Amino acid sequence: MPVRSDLKTVMVIGSGPVVIGQAAEFDYAGTQACVALREEGLRVVLINSNPDTIMTDGEMADRVYLEPLTVESAEAVIARERPQGLVATLGGQVGLNLAVALADAGVLERYGVEVLGTRLAGIRKAEDRELFKATMQQIGEPVPESRIVHVMAEAEEFAAAIGLPLIIRPAYTLGGSGGGIAGTPEELREIVRRGLRMSPIGQVLVERSLYGWKEIEYEVMRDAGDRCISVCNMENLDPVGVHTGDSIVVAPSQTLNDRDYQRLRAAAFHIVRAIGVQGGCNVQLALDPASDRYFVIEVNPRVSRSSALASKATGYPIAKVAAKIAVGLGLDEIRNPVTGTTTAFFEPTLDYCVMKIPRWPFDKFASADRRLGTQMKATGEVMAIDRTFEGALQKAVRSLDIGLDGLAAPEALPDPELDHAVAHADDRRLLYLAEALRRGRTVDELARRTGIDPWFVRKISNIVEAEAEILTGRLDLSRAKRLGFSDARLGALPGAGEAAIRRMRSRTGVRPSYKMVDTCAAEFEATTPYFYSAYGGENEAAPDPRPCVVVLGSGPIRIGQGIEFDYGSVHAVWALRRAGLRAVIINNNPETVSTDFSTADRLYFEPLTFEDVMNVIEVEQPVGVLCQFGGQTAVNLAVPLHGAGVQVLGTSPEGMDRAEDRGLFEAVLEDLHISRPAGGAASSLEEAEVIAARVDFPVLVRPSYVLGGRAMEICYDADDLRAYVQGAARVTPEHPLLVDQYVPGREVEVDAVSDGGSVLIPGILEHVERAGVHSGDSIAVYPPHSLSAGVRAQIAKQTLDLARALGIVGLLNIQFVVDGGSVHVLELNPRSSRTVPFMTKVTGVPMVAAAVRAVLRESLEAQGYHCPDGICLPPDPPFVACKMPVFSWAKLHDVDTALGPEMKSTGEVMGIGPTYAEALKKGFQACGLAVGAGATALVALADRDKAEGVLVARALARAGMRLAATPGTAESLAEAGLSADALTPEQALEAVRAGEVQLFVNTLTRGRQRDRDGFRLRRAATELGVPVLTSLDTAAALALALAAEGGPSAGSPWALQDYEVSMRSGAGRS
Amino acid sequence: MRAKLVLEDGRVFEGEAFGGELTAPICGEVVFNTGMTGYQEVLTDPSYAGQMVVMTYPLIGNYGIRAADSESVRPHVRAFIVSDPCDTPSHWASEGGLADYLAENGIVALAGIDTRALTKHLRTKGTLRGAIGLLGVDAQDLADAAEAWQPGNLVAEVTTPEAYSVGGAGPHVVVVDFGAKRNIIRSLVALGCRVTVVPADTDAETVLALAPDGVILSNGPGDPELLTQARACVKTLLGSGVPLFGICLGHQLMALALGGRTSKMKFGHHGVNHPVQELKTGRAYVTTQNHEYAVTDLDPDVAEITHKNLNDGTVEGLKVLRRPAFSVQFHPEACPGPGDTADLFREFVAQLPVAAR
Repeated sequence: MPVRSDLKTVMVIGSGPVVIGQAAEFDYAGTQACVALREEGLRVVLINSNPDTIMTDGEMADRVYLEPLTVESAEAVIARERPQGLVATLGGQVGLNLAVALADAGVLERYGVEVLGTRLAGIRKAEDRELFKATMQQIGEPVPESRIVHVMAEAEEFAAAIGLPLIIRPAYTLGGSGGGIAGTPEELREIVRRGLRMSPIGQVLVERSLYGWKEIEYEVMRDAGDRCISVCNMENLDPVGVHTGDSIVVAPSQTLNDRDYQRLRAAAFHIVRAIGVQGGCNVQLALDPASDRYFVIEVNPRVSRSSALASKATGYPIAKVAAKIAVGLGLDEIRNPVTGTTTAFFEPTLDYCVMKIPRWPFDKFASADRRLGTQMKATGEVMAIDRTFEGALQKAVRSLDIGLDGLAAPEALPDPELDHAVAHADDRRLLYLAEALRRGRTVDELARRTGIDPWFVRKISNIVEAEAEILTGRLDLSRAKRLGFSDARLGALPGAGEAAIRRMRSRTGVRPSYKMVDTCAAEFEATTPYFYSAYGGENEAAPDPRPCVVVLGSGPIRIGQGIEFDYGSVHAVWALRRAGLRAVIINNNPETVSTDFSTADRLYFEPLTFEDVMNVIEVEQPVGVLCQFGGQTAVNLAVPLHGAGVQVLGTSPEGMDRAEDRGLFEAVLEDLHISRPAGGAASSLEEAEVIAARVDFPVLVRPSYVLGGRAMEICYDADDLRAYVQGAARVTPEHPLLVDQYVPGREVEVDAVSDGGSVLIPGILEHVERAGVHSGDSIAVYPPHSLSAGVRAQIAKQTLDLARALGIVGLLNIQFVVDGGSVHVLELNPRSSRTVPFMTKVTGVPMVAAAVRAVLRESLEAQGYHCPDGICLPPDPPFVACKMPVFSWAKLHDVDTALGPEMKSTGEVMGIGPTYAEALKKGFQACGLAVGAGATALVALADRDKAEGVLVARALARAGMRLAATPGTAESLAEAGLSADALTPEQALEAVRAGEVQLFVNTLTRGRQRDRDGFRLRRAATELGVPVLTSLDTAAALALALAAEGGPSAGSPWALQDYEVSMRSGAGRS
Repeated sequence: MRAKLVLEDGRVFEGEAFGGELTAPICGEVVFNTGMTGYQEVLTDPSYAGQMVVMTYPLIGNYGIRAADSESVRPHVRAFIVSDPCDTPSHWASEGGLADYLAENGIVALAGIDTRALTKHLRTKGTLRGAIGLLGVDAQDLADAAEAWQPGNLVAEVTTPEAYSVGGAGPHVVVVDFGAKRNIIRSLVALGCRVTVVPADTDAETVLALAPDGVILSNGPGDPELLTQARACVKTLLGSGVPLFGICLGHQLMALALGGRTSKMKFGHHGVNHPVQELKTGRAYVTTQNHEYAVTDLDPDVAEITHKNLNDGTVEGLKVLRRPAFSVQFHPEACPGPGDTADLFREFVAQLPVAAR
């Protein structure tokens, strides 16, 4: 069937902020979908609150609404745009849930909006546990014994009948939120209580644990004509029991014979037909490792993280095809984008092995529970491709960007502890397995203890055995490379050094060749410009005479380096192509738009290490490399690449180094007479104490060898400082501790484009939270509302001076702290930043494109930006926009939700409105913090915050909230004439657990010292989904927003195209 | 032992020999198979007689070998060419490893081959003959041997030496065995049929004397136009009015008997992911295929084309007009591959005379 002629306008729902369980994959899916729908001549209206995405660029849809993903705001958009159809299956669980909510609220019926693709009835069949189970039983597909539970007694009854362990899965939650495996009655009660609370419909599934079974996934596509294909199957290396998002996954399956493969494929088709999927669907199955038995685990009737992985693993664009199916096309009518001549009705076949390894945030959250279970904890993932399993595995490990160049032992554990670590899955299990093999454990023994198929353990063992051969000099280099050993690892084992191995390879001609990912195992001619490296074969990446530039991507999504950096990479690629250059991207994140093979002229799916990047450079012979758009991962490669004679374009590596090296940067500031908080580097506790005494407490301390605010803390007194030094950091002369005066002022941030002589500052961002909260965790507002013209001018001037002094060409990001009238520089990043996508959207200045043009020597003036005195700073817009952090607390147990200098958020939303209060209000709505009037706020303040806290509490009360408080705080409130229920910590905990508290405002009693009551309360609140605010600034902003005029959907929704137009007219163009 | 594959055009691929002993150079037609699972079914598919099969998926042997997965009594490939064979299989049902199985059956195999480069070469040049010899053997000699190689009567090598019967009390189906895969027979038996398998050179009169309710023309190796006797047999069977169902080679023979032609394809279809559309309904199926020849020049007054390949438009199925006969180029019996079209057996059996059922 052709595209339905009754469709003119189609609405697409995005997935909102990046949280654990829902990351960049939905930007990839949404972007593809928008392109696919517009290709069919449809007008596309998009709603998504996440400003950091490509899909929310003005060019991606006809109307882009960066509005909260709530029923109210979606209805307002529908009322304004009047779409005929809605695509709900491209925005992850959030999109699906919103579509269901819109239907339930009668909105879709009221406006005559049809849900396209898989119908709502089908979505419910897949998502509602009870309906799903009934559907499976109806068609005879086996599901594990289970019971749908709405109250605790039902769960206990089932446990009594079936026995433990049991798996608990809440209905309609992301990434298995709130679920778990219960081995004891206590665990059962705890997990069920949490699950019931977190499920939006108060429903959990309690089921027999299939722990240890093989976990297999199929990505299936089906169209309205009942044509069905399987794009890909995948096998989890970790057996059932570890969430698939936390599992190492390989594609295609490795240990299934053809009967297994086809039986499960047929089951997947059977299920997808019963649900009535029209589009893409992920089917998860458990296969008994010792028989033909299998069970259906779950079905996701939408594009997903797995479908993004399957798309990248095979080259088949699932989201694009799903979007076309939704508007009426058949798989046999959709053109196969790889061959260009055949149809989308085909099953890809691979001639390589694909490996996915999750990227976990435990480097940031030292206190987090690292064990892996049914609740997903990874923030991102990497993918690697090779012709051998071993090669793919080792490449994936390198891609994680956690300092591993191979399967190195994580720490020196004694044998019994190692055995324990192997058997209990956490993020390091792969490394423990390798170490256990090194110490002589057998493959069979380890397979038995872990439930990991012996085939996989054997492959890891192959790597370990090869290491031993390398140590004795018996392994030949080309075999080592086929097994995926990096030069660094080979250099480290016999002590030869990476450079020596590289020279040896160069001498003996051991170089990788590049193979194409073409969906068809070379059966048909394909032109997909998508390559991976393999040793010992023919090279397919033919030289292309057109000049090219290599763009380094940013690798896996992690805290501090998220989707914003993929945004930069993608725009850099596009800008290069517009400039007539061939753009080549290197990246390893399967979730992203940058690794869509249609983004760049060539995509190399490779680790971002010196060796892997140099190998590509040797093949491509680029005129230069862009290191400033891929976050710190790419910046870190600038110096080594430069050292190898590679032209780093834009800001020189030397300039980058001067910005990043503390000593050099201080000298630059001194020369320019720019102030920065006083401080110094200490190589011992004594030295730290001397510096602290000089600059005075409180001080900000952090190790010098990590970036991005990791392990940074504020110490309020000498005890704090001692505790920090003794507890957290190894302090040595090689790894000194940085101790700085803590300036408690306003944090201000600038992203600018420099052409070496002038700077373009599209706008200044002011943070709501005072200095001390990491900039990534702060609410940022544009335009700034409390900065004087003088301060703004100082900021602009300092930006210009620094850009000139460091020779910045391209992007830079500077963080300032403004204390009264004085401006201090905190840090300068010679690269794209977290805030670039947001600023691009709200100012209408295409920052990355401007930066790339500057890098290509086109001055800002020549680009049309008038820079009097070297500065182009457009006037403020007639609106206010804010960017708010979103956290994934619910997924990470034992992590303190208190904000500080260490970044903890995983994603962002934005709010925009005619006033500051309205922008804030939308932002709070978008991140789910907009508590209603009549809600109860529990307030617990540190003594030093009581005076200020009382003002905030009064504002909350004025906004219609009821107050409750811990005894001391209640007393202060009473003194100020505010009535609040006084609750002891125990009573407060009970009130939180009983659902009587909707907001918790809590300031930390002391800097470092973790007060047990506060921590317990914060965690309890978080686990039950109660927002916790630990900064009074955030709470004050919330009070302001709640008090804003109008109802919950005050103001009409704003499309990006509306404010873009108003911005362009005032963007300072000459 | 280092060895090499030399193609008739002189291209050389070096690898490590394993499996059967490579005592003297061996020759065959080199084809590639794109299935990611099902290597044992491929090895034992009689249609691969005379062919050296290259597996495009690099990791082969992962789940071992088990007798129940064989599609005939022994492997029929002339040689087996892979990238990274697995000698430590893991599967609960595995009865042994790939290398041992090949060794026991005397099938020469090569490992460590850049099978993607080889596949691209075959795709570009078309199917080529090749010869495998030890590394020391002169490459030109091997290329010459490859070029001189002729397949001989492959069907005679693989057909059953004598007729046999299996199955139940349902309709009686005669399978003319040109190299039938076991799952054709298993599928019929599963539907309750009584199945008589007869040798490929059985004439029509003998077949009809068995009083079949229906006849299946099986798959098999080689060039259909060489099978003149079989073509005559099919023609007579068509005239007799007995319901006929042709699969792969059987489909090609049916077309030839109807006055159509077959032509050699550039590199054939060998895999488990071939998209086929049923023209009447628009429905599409993923199918297993293994053929080097395609049907052409069908007279529309004699037969209707029912299925086409969605990739290259080749004929995938036909229905004889005014006769209870149809055939498909793909393999509804799968093994390896998807069972998406297994219903064809059911449809065939369902149209057999009611009295017989």
